[in-house]
Amino acid sequence: MSHIHRGCDHACCLQVKDLSVKIGSDVILDHINLHMHCGQIAALIGPNGAGKSTLIRAILGQVDYEGDIRFSTEGRSQALRIGYVPQSPTFEVGDPMSVLDLFRLCNSKLPAILPPSRKERQRVVECLQRVHGEHLLDKRVGSLSGGELQRVLLALALEPMPHILILDEPLSGVDVDGMHMLMDMLDELRKTLDISILMTTHDFSMLEQYVDTVFLLKKNMLFSGAPKAVLQSSDFADAFFTGGEKK
Amino acid sequence: MSLWYSLCELLPLEFLSMDFMKNALLAVLVISPLFGLLSPMVVTGKMSFFSDALGHSAFTGIAIGVLCGLSLPILSAVVLAVAFALLFSYVKTRSRHTSDTIIGVFSSTAVALGIFIATLGGSSFTKFNTYLIGDILSVTGAEIGLLALVFLVVLVVWALASNRLMLPAVHPQLASSRGFSVGGAETIFTVLIAVVVTLSMSWVGLMVINSLLVLPAAAARNVAKNLRQYTLFSLLFALVGGLAGLITAYYVGASAGAAISLYLALGFVLTFLLRKKRG
Repeated sequence: MSHIHRGCDHACCLQVKDLSVKIGSDVILDHINLHMHCGQIAALIGPNGAGKSTLIRAILGQVDYEGDIRFSTEGRSQALRIGYVPQSPTFEVGDPMSVLDLFRLCNSKLPAILPPSRKERQRVVECLQRVHGEHLLDKRVGSLSGGELQRVLLALALEPMPHILILDEPLSGVDVDGMHMLMDMLDELRKTLDISILMTTHDFSMLEQYVDTVFLLKKNMLFSGAPKAVLQSSDFADAFFTGGEKK
Repeated sequence: MSLWYSLCELLPLEFLSMDFMKNALLAVLVISPLFGLLSPMVVTGKMSFFSDALGHSAFTGIAIGVLCGLSLPILSAVVLAVAFALLFSYVKTRSRHTSDTIIGVFSSTAVALGIFIATLGGSSFTKFNTYLIGDILSVTGAEIGLLALVFLVVLVVWALASNRLMLPAVHPQLASSRGFSVGGAETIFTVLIAVVVTLSMSWVGLMVINSLLVLPAAAARNVAKNLRQYTLFSLLFALVGGLAGLITAYYVGASAGAAISLYLALGFVLTFLLRKKRG
């Protein structure tokens, strides 16, 4: 196993090696490599249809893949615990479900339709405090604003505490203030909790300020590196601006 | 049953003087909370149309049972409805059609097959009317016992796994990212619905049975703010609608299933207006 961690002296890291996904005869992802560390924020970018969601679904274990996805702490392999924040506006507006209910559905062994214990309630308040959202506890999930819902989903993804946090298009449909608020929060979380954060995005304006590594994906991993290097690379221009190639 | 009968004797209610009404009351007391409990899951999981289709397949099962000369055609109906539910889940995950299209395919095929078999060789359809309209006054103690058993099973499943069934209905993607089996939850739930719908079909009536699965939660949604209220209101509406419907049906001499549905519909209208008023 040691060869996998060669060149990685960080306390913990996530490595995706030679990952390929085929659906039928279509190759969606072709021998992808990805490597990131704790406390790092990485962005996964690429044109529509590049395979960003498929890569995330592979890491989440929702699609079959060939290759290797490993997580290790201090050189030892560990079962990877992932916190996932889905793209936000997917809750039915009319569902009578409070934020507290959502947490209990996800994490409680007792039916969420029974009254919560005081301890359970307190625990969810603590989770929400991480994203400064404790006032949302009894609000209906369907009545939350986009930003509030995102914070709730973020708090949910952090309970139980994951090794890596994956966010699917967290910046889409959020205004500039909202983007900075979210990125500041992610920045705070990676420092206080020392977790890796991987997000897909179509918005490149936040990359240089907040992101350590950018992965440019288009079926293959075209480029990975610091935001500036990726944005100025010819691969970036090719991936996004060659007409006809875009799906 | 005799304990229930003597309990009924104690109540100063005129309509309980007949044994069949005592049975019917007990039946309502079993199926209303059962439907009230299942209802939020059906509505949240957007399965209202599916449960309707299940009723149709159950009818086909009855027709097959009658054709084969089974003494209890309801058994073939349960088997067929469960098979229908499983086949539906299978086809849904392996096709590109939206689920309402697949439900439409299954439902219309089931009805066509049922009517074809029922009328085969020029036989009269009238013997099937009881399944379409339903007759709660014909219910027997054994049938109530069977449904009470199903109720018990549902309660146990709910106590152990209601979160695992509910989260996939609310947000399948989130559920699977947290290690919940979305397909498994759907299968368990559809099989439960298949069994419940089929067993209560001949009391409530195929044509209105879906209203019992949809209306309690639909009304509860209008006023509930969280899952606890959602379930509680749904149970309450189902129970009140069930009792009021049965009593009304007794005094005016109409189908109890239809009367119950109408009360539930009234509940929906009232809660809808209430919601409007609250803004």
